[in-house]
Order: sequence, then structure tokens, then C-alpha cells
Amino acid sequence: MSAFAEPRDPIQAATEGRYKWGFETAIEMEIAPKGLNEDIIRLISAKKDEPEWLLAWRLKAFAAWRETSEPDWAKVKHPPIDYQALHYYAAPKRKPGPKSLAEVDPELLATYEKLGIPLRERAILAGVEGAGAAEVRPDIAPGVAIDAVFDSVSVATTFRETLAKAGVIFCPISEAVREHPDLVRRYLGSVVPPGDNFFAALNSAVFTDGSFVFVPKGVRCPMELSTYFRINARNTGQFERTLIIAEAGASVSYLEGCTAPQRDENQLHAAVVELVALDDATIKYSTVQNWYPGDAEGRGGIYNFVTKRGACRGARSKISWTQVETGSAITWKYPSCILQGEGSVGEFYSVAVTNHHQQADTGTKMIHLGANTKSTIIAKGISAGRSNNTYRGLVRMMPRAQGARNFTQCDSLLIGDRCGAHTVPYIESRNPSARVEHEATTSKIADDQLFYCRSRGLSQEDAVNLIVNGFCKDVLKELPMEFAVEAQKLLAVSLEGSVG
Amino acid sequence: MLEIRGLAASIDGKPILKGIDLVVPTGEVHAIMGPNGSGKSTLSYILAGREGYDVTGGEVRLDGVDLLTLAPEERAVAGLFLAFQYPVELPGVGNANFLRTALNATRRARGESELDAVQFLKLARAALRDLAMADDMLKRNVNVGFSGGEKKRNEVLQMAILKPKFAILDETDSGLDIDALKIVAGGVNTLRGPGFSALVITHYQRLLDHIVPDRVHVLAGGRILRSGGPELARALEESGYAALGLEAVGEDVAAIGAS
Repeated sequence: MSAFAEPRDPIQAATEGRYKWGFETAIEMEIAPKGLNEDIIRLISAKKDEPEWLLAWRLKAFAAWRETSEPDWAKVKHPPIDYQALHYYAAPKRKPGPKSLAEVDPELLATYEKLGIPLRERAILAGVEGAGAAEVRPDIAPGVAIDAVFDSVSVATTFRETLAKAGVIFCPISEAVREHPDLVRRYLGSVVPPGDNFFAALNSAVFTDGSFVFVPKGVRCPMELSTYFRINARNTGQFERTLIIAEAGASVSYLEGCTAPQRDENQLHAAVVELVALDDATIKYSTVQNWYPGDAEGRGGIYNFVTKRGACRGARSKISWTQVETGSAITWKYPSCILQGEGSVGEFYSVAVTNHHQQADTGTKMIHLGANTKSTIIAKGISAGRSNNTYRGLVRMMPRAQGARNFTQCDSLLIGDRCGAHTVPYIESRNPSARVEHEATTSKIADDQLFYCRSRGLSQEDAVNLIVNGFCKDVLKELPMEFAVEAQKLLAVSLEGSVG
Repeated sequence: MLEIRGLAASIDGKPILKGIDLVVPTGEVHAIMGPNGSGKSTLSYILAGREGYDVTGGEVRLDGVDLLTLAPEERAVAGLFLAFQYPVELPGVGNANFLRTALNATRRARGESELDAVQFLKLARAALRDLAMADDMLKRNVNVGFSGGEKKRNEVLQMAILKPKFAILDETDSGLDIDALKIVAGGVNTLRGPGFSALVITHYQRLLDHIVPDRVHVLAGGRILRSGGPELARALEESGYAALGLEAVGEDVAAIGAS
């Protein structure tokens, strides 16, 4: 009889979820004093050995930041952020210029190992400064090159020689500033101008590292590129800057992953990603975002305020964003495409999961400038616990976007009855020949679906995972194979305990 | 062996089952017939463990195991299977993936090794052939866009693969044409043997022409009012429930029928 004494509704809100990546690494850090002012910016610039033009660029961004205020249109709530109470520079202390991974702090390597980053795969000894280290034999190399960013600094980039042979540059952006200043100067801020918005301006003023990718004309990047971001230090903001350029006919697939320690206070993450695709180039950018989401009561977690934008400058170029967002207390993020080149293509595939007290306001902007441009948006939002999940998307057809087309599909899945799902589409068409389609659905994991699965022997959690993965299938299949499995596991962990 | 003793249950305080006594010995197939609203589907859901029913008395044992204290998935791995009257759609979930996940959950519980995709496909294809079903059934999403007949056959496919000890078929024949009906009946008959028993819930004699039951029970007003051999089903088909003297409980039947 006891089986029937339970509440009628088997779907009950969350109790406890586990965040497996919440440990902290005890490592000696070099940290700038709290607060943001011109001196701090000069300090960052000096630490990075930057040229004068970049310092001037940062200071201009800082001035713009002071003129703007935090955007207030997103459906997220948080106490005011004291930007003067944060550290804007934190780096693992080390001897300058380790020549190989062997010289990287073993604590740091242990951290990445714990996180499952295959930094030490086989015989890798990729030189942190590119010094002639033993390169992995290509026949046994896993197909992913990794740049690892720990707090503000890139600590190791793997497979650089293999990439260099193909002509691909993949390095920390601070190094690109030194080694490839013309490229950086030409493209930095060309997609997201320094004063674009409050968080982009902040990032432009204080960004400390991130990845730089340049794929020259006609080259298909021989392996997946990946950056792994880790926030470790307390009261530190992470402001990475990523710039990816694919010249005419080039193609590249890039993936970023993110985790952070479990802390009671909130931490700020404000990144900027810029993509540039020239004629016939393809950039595929995938994100598995798993910043610490806060605990079941909504204490702690990362504030993730990110500006990501790609410019399809060339004809027939293509930029594809795929994101699986399971982490962060607040996600504010709209990876966008500016479809300038004739016949260029923009895609946005997104799964955003919120549980407990998480808030996500995420979506995309597809700006159709050129003729016959095409965009596809597939957004899947899953809300559980007391969370709020908003899709916000803009499709804009400009007067010259003759024959442009967009297809948007937004689906929301609710787990339990205390969460919210919201869809806010903005559609603007200034060209009568453009076509825009929008489909949206909201559904609930139904009791009968759960019962059906359980009556076949699946546990309640497995049943939820199966249903959620089915719901997300159209997006997960867009992820590079190596990461699709990881993303599936992440969905399972994020929704652990969401059904009582 | 399935033993139901004095099973009583209600929904929202309204009694639906009022003391069911029913024993299905291992190796036998029993049929349950009865007018609409008599509690047939309630009985099958309670046996499978669906929430939303208050069991107010009695007990159910499968080979001695107290089923009512188990969660639905525990009953499933203990060997119970319910073929749904209205199979549920699972968008985006591939039928093969669903079936393999279910089979492996069962195998794990039995201490058997899990099947990989290749082993599973071999087994599933053989089951499909037996049921005259196309291979693409495995690639489609669970019950999504299936015709009524395809859904029912998919239930029987699941049963054939999971090989339960005890199956409940809840109006699996409704909505089937005669060819599909024969296929479904064939699926049940294949499993028949000393290690298998089943409860077939139906309104129609025609299913029982193909799955000949060992016993037939008439459920009305939340009670088993009559039990007999296969001839009882034929008598019901010919003359209806009232002619069998079941109007003696007309009050109950009417009460349920009106609700």
C-alpha cells in the first residue's frame, strides 16, 4: 500500500543536485588589487606586455563602459553588482615561460585531469611558449587541440605544431597580440565594437586572455579546437576574449567548455567572442557551459554575461553556433550572426537547462543584410525547480536582404509546476521578399510519459533523461561527436533530483 | 502465479474496485471482460503501479512477491508487463534506444550482462520478423506518428523483447483490423508456456478466438461477478451482460456507468 501513499503528482521540484566540478585548487596566485580604474587597466596591459595601441583601445572601452549602464531588459533578477569589489586580474604564479608542460604547476595539471581534460594525453609536451617540445605522433593523437585558460591566463595549448604545419594559428590571444599584431589589430573589435554594450565594454577594458584562431585561405583545420575555461580564484571576474578568423574557403570547428568551483558568493564572467568568416568559409562554434549554477537554495553561482557574435562577411560563408547551457546562476547570452555576404548562412542550436533558482535569458540575433541569406534557429529550453528560462531572439531582414529566409523553432519543456518558460521573439522585416517562419511549443513532461517508461523498467531519473534527451535531440546532434556524449551526461546531472 | 486478494481501490475517494479476488496460475492465460466503467483499466494500472489510485485494501503477489510495495520499474524488472490501451508518445526518443534501455534495465536487475547495440539489433530484428513488422519501426520515435494498429503492435514487440513472466494486455485488440489482430495474438501465443501467464482485458470475443483463454472473468461494478471457461466469453458476446443475470448488480453497474 505504501506505494500509493505518495503524493498524486510524481513530478516534484528539486531537492539536491550535485556539482562535481566544484572543487578549488590550492595554487599560488598573483592577484591585482580589487577595483576597476585606469591604473588597473594599465597594470593588466603591462602584465601582458601589450603594445600602446591596445592599451589605448582598452582605455577607450573603459571610458565607454563608464558612460553605459547595465542592460535591464532581460528577464533576470540579481542584487546590484559592485564592480569595485572584484579582482580584474588573477594568474597562477609561475616562472616566466615554461618550456613544456613539465614546467607547468603540477597542481594545475592535476586540476585539469580532475576535470577530465586530456591535457596530458600520451606524450604531449606542447610548449607553453611554443618551444620545440615533443609533439604527439599524429597517428595516436586524439583529434582535439586544447587551449586551457585558468582564471585569467592561458596555461597550455596542445598540438600547436601539428596545427602550424597546416598553417593554422591557435594560441592564447595575449600571445597573438605579440606574435601576430597585424591580424589582431585588423579584427579585434570589428564584430563586437568596444562600446557595443555594457558587458562587452567591460570585457574590452579588462580582458586578460582567451583564444585566438586564424585559419588561412583554403585550409580546413585538421582537428577540433577547444578551449577550456576554469574560474578558480575567489572574488575574481573572468573576462576572456576569443577571436576566430576563417579566411576564404577555410573551415574550423571550435568548442569551449567551462566550469568553476562551488562558492557561496556570486562570480562574474563577462566574455566576448568574435567570429569572422570570409568568402565560402565555415565556422562551427560549440559551447558546453557548465559554470557553477549555485546551490539548491540559489546561493552562489556564476553570473554569465556574454557577448558572442559572428560576422559572415564573405559570400556563401557560414557560421553555426551550438550551445548546451546547463550552468551559471544567471545566463545572459545571445550568440548572433550578421549575415552580410550574399547567400551566407547563420545557424543557432541551443539547449538551455535551468534548475533550482537558475535564471537564463538566452537566444540569438540573426541580422540579414545580404541577399539570399539564410538562418535557422532551433532553441530548446528546459526548466525545472523554481527556475526561469527565457528564449529571446531577434530576426531582422534588412532592405537589401532580397530573398532571405529564416526558420525559427522554440520549444520549452517544463518539469514540475514552480518553474517558468518564456519565449520572446522579435521579428522585423524590411524586405517584402524575405520569409520568416516561427514555431513555438511548450510542453510538460507528462505523468503518463514517465509512467510509460517506468513500466518498462526505467528508473524515474532515467526516464526523465530519456525524455529530455529526446526533446533536445535536434540540437545535440549538431555537437561534435566527442562532446555530444559529455553534453548528454551533463543534462542528466543538471536535472538530477528535479523529479521527486 | 499472480494472486489478487481482496483488492479495493478508489480515485479521489470514489471506490472503483470493491474487493477483487483473482488467481492466475503460472502458464495460464485469463481473460477479463466487462462493461465500460467496470474497473478493468483501473485494475491493470494498479497492477502496474500507476500513481493516482488509493489502494484501500487487499494485496497482490507475483510469485510470492508483494507487488503493491514496489515502484513501477521494480514491478517491471520483477517480470510484470502492461501493454497499454493508449500507448504513450515519446518525441525524439528512438524506438530502438527505448527498447534497449528497457531491456538492459531488466537484464541488469536479473544479473545478466547488458546487450550492446549490435546484439540488441539482432534480437530486435528477429522479434520484428515474428510480428511481421518493418525494420524501420526501430528507427522511428516511440509511438510518434504511429497508426493505432502500429502502436498496439509496438506494445507487443516490447513484450516479445522484454519476455515478461506476467503480461496484462489492456484492450490491445481495440482498433486492430483482423490481420493485425492475428499478429498480436500470435505474439502472445508465442510467449505462452510454463513460464508465462497473462491477463487479457477485452470487450470482444474475436480476440479470444485467437488467444484462447484458460479462464474468463466478468468484472462489473468493481467486482468479479462471474468466472468460467472460454464458453463464458461466447455467451457474453451473444447475449450481453444483462442476459447473464448480471442485472442483479445493476445498481453498481449503473452507478459506475453514470459517472
